[in-house]
Amino acid sequence: MRLSARTVPALAALAAALLLGGCSSFSMPSVEPWVKPYERERLADPIMQFSRNSLPEKHVEHVRDVREGSRGATGVQGGGCGCN
Amino acid sequence: MAATRAALSLWHRIAALLGSLLGLLGAGGTRAADLPADTAEGLLHVYNGGGVTAWGPALLVRKSVADRFSLTGSYYLDAVSNASIDVVTTASKYKETRHEFALSGDYVYRDSQITLGGSTSHEPDYTANRFNLDISQEVFGGMTTVALGFTRGDDTVKKKDSPEFSDKARHWQYRLGLTQILTPQWIMSVNAEALSDDGYLGSPYRAARVFGAAVPERNPRTRSARALMLRVKGDLGSRDAISASYRYYRDTWEIKGHTMELGYSRYFGDAWLGDAYLRYYTQGNASFYSDNAQSETLYVSRNRQLSTFHDVALGTKASWTWKKEPGKYEIKLNGALEYARFNFKDFTDLRTGDKYSYGATIFQLFVTGTF
Amino acid sequence: MTPASLVARSASALAFALVATLASPLATGAVAPQASAPDFTLKSMNGPNLRLAEQRGRVVMVNFWATWCGPCRQEMPQLDRLYQKYKSSGFVLLGVNVDDDARKAGDVAAKLGITFPVLLDTDKAVSKLYDLSTMPSTVIIDRDGKVRYLHRGYLAGYEDNYDKQIRELLK
Repeated sequence: MRLSARTVPALAALAAALLLGGCSSFSMPSVEPWVKPYERERLADPIMQFSRNSLPEKHVEHVRDVREGSRGATGVQGGGCGCN
Repeated sequence: MAATRAALSLWHRIAALLGSLLGLLGAGGTRAADLPADTAEGLLHVYNGGGVTAWGPALLVRKSVADRFSLTGSYYLDAVSNASIDVVTTASKYKETRHEFALSGDYVYRDSQITLGGSTSHEPDYTANRFNLDISQEVFGGMTTVALGFTRGDDTVKKKDSPEFSDKARHWQYRLGLTQILTPQWIMSVNAEALSDDGYLGSPYRAARVFGAAVPERNPRTRSARALMLRVKGDLGSRDAISASYRYYRDTWEIKGHTMELGYSRYFGDAWLGDAYLRYYTQGNASFYSDNAQSETLYVSRNRQLSTFHDVALGTKASWTWKKEPGKYEIKLNGALEYARFNFKDFTDLRTGDKYSYGATIFQLFVTGTF
Repeated sequence: MTPASLVARSASALAFALVATLASPLATGAVAPQASAPDFTLKSMNGPNLRLAEQRGRVVMVNFWATWCGPCRQEMPQLDRLYQKYKSSGFVLLGVNVDDDARKAGDVAAKLGITFPVLLDTDKAVSKLYDLSTMPSTVIIDRDGKVRYLHRGYLAGYEDNYDKQIRELLK
C-alpha cells in the first residue's frame, strides 16, 4: 500500500463522507445514527475502551519507540525523548 | 524543507475542511462529552532486554477544576543501565537517569474536548521538549468521534565528555483520528499520523561499519513519515472483549513497518479484569543501513533500530479492584508483564558472528485511583 | 507557511466550527414541543405498573437514565430534590431506566437515595417511542398531556431551568 501524501486527504474525505451521512439537508442519502444512546451500555464499559490507563501505556509506547523503527498513529499521547 | 512546507499546507487544508464540516454537523449533537475523571496513578516500570535495564517510578495526577477544565500533571523517572550490544562492542557499560515532567489541560464544551499540553524530558546528554494540541469532537449522534492532534518538539543533543558537541533536532507530528461505533457491541478506529523530523537524528555514540572498520554514523538530517492504524474491538457477550489492530508505517528513510496485535480481555468475578495479547512487528531496513557497508555512501548507519528484523511479543495484564464506591471512588491494583523476542536479519552479533537476537521483558506494577 | 501559523489557522477553523455548532438549530425527534406525549405503561421497580396517561391533570417530568451514564447519576439527586419540593403541588417525576439488567437500576437508585418512582424500560420500547437522541433525556409534560420542554443531556445548572419550568407549568 502506497501511503503517499494523497492517502491522507482520501482519509479526510472518508471521514467527511461518514460525517455527511448525518445531515439530511444534503443531496446525499441521509443515514440516521443506527446505535441509539440507550443501546450503548456495552460500549460504556471500561473493557471496551481502546485505552484504559495513559501512564503504563506511555511506558510501553516509549519502549517500542526506542526499540523499533515505526512510530506514531497509536493514539497514545505524545511526549518522547529520542533517547540514544 | 520543501517537503515539510508541502506537508504543512496539506494538513492546513484538511484541518479547514474538517473544521467547516464539523460546524455543519453540529446540529442535533448536544450530548455532552465527559470530562476525564479525577485520577491518581502510581507506576513502577521495569524494562530488561538486550543488555539494557531501565526502571523507575512514574506518577500522574488529574484534577478537575471549575466543572469544565481538567488539569493533569505527571512525572516519569528512568534509571538506565546500558550494556547493550552496541555499547559492549564499541564502548563500555554506562548508567544514566532520565527525568520527564508533563503538564496538560483539558477543556470540555458540549461535544468537544480541547487538550493543551507540554512535556520536558531531561537526561545528561539529551533534552527533549514537546508541546501538543488535541481537539476531539463527537458527531453523528455521538456515534463518531473525530480527533485532530498536533505535536511540536525541540531537542538538544549533547555528547558525554565532549562539551564541543551540541546539536538540535526538531519534530512535527500531525494526527487525525476517527472512532466509529459500528454496533451496540463493536467499535472501530482509524488513526493517521504524519511525522516530520529535522536536525540531528542519530546518536553521537553509535558507529557504523564500512569495509569492516568503525566510522561515525552519518544520518540524513530530515526524516518524514506516515503511519496508519486500524483497530477494532468487540464485546463478546460473556463479560469479555476481543480486539485486533494493524498499523502500517513508511518513511523517507525507506523503512516500512507492519504491526499486528490481537488482544482478549475478560472479567473474572466482581473484582478481577484480565488481558492477554499477542503482538507481531516486522520492518524492512532503511536505505542507508548496512551491517558492513561495502561501498562509500553519503549516509551510512549500523543502528539496528533501522535494520530488517521482526519481533513477537506475548503480554498479559491483571487488574484487581481493591476498593470501590460507585459514583464516589475506585482504587485498583494492576500488574502487567510482556516478553518479546527480537530477531535480526541483517545485523550481526560481533561477539559471535551470528545474526543477532535477544529477548526483552517489560514488567509494570501500578495503582490507579479514580475519584 | 510556518507550523505556528498552521496551528493558528487550524484552531480558528475549528473555533468557527464550534461557534456554528452553537448557532445551529436542534434536530427535532418524534417528540416535539406542543405534541401530545406518547402514552406508555411500564413496570415500576417496586412492582406495580404505571401508566403515563393516568397522570393527566398533573405536571409530569419523565427522566430517561442508565447506571452506566455518568451525567445521569449526577442529575438524579437534583431531580429528587425537585420531586420533594413540588410533589405536593401536583408534580410527578418518573425515572425511566434503560439498563439491560434491572437489578443494577435498583442498586444505583438506592445508593443515590432516590424517592421518585423508577420505571424499567429493559426492552427499550419507550426509549424508541420517544426517539431519544441523548442520555440523559428529560421531558416535561403539562397538565393536558402535552410535551412542553425537552432537555437533552445534563450539565450542572440545568436543574435551575427545570425548577423554573415546573413552577411555570404548575400555575
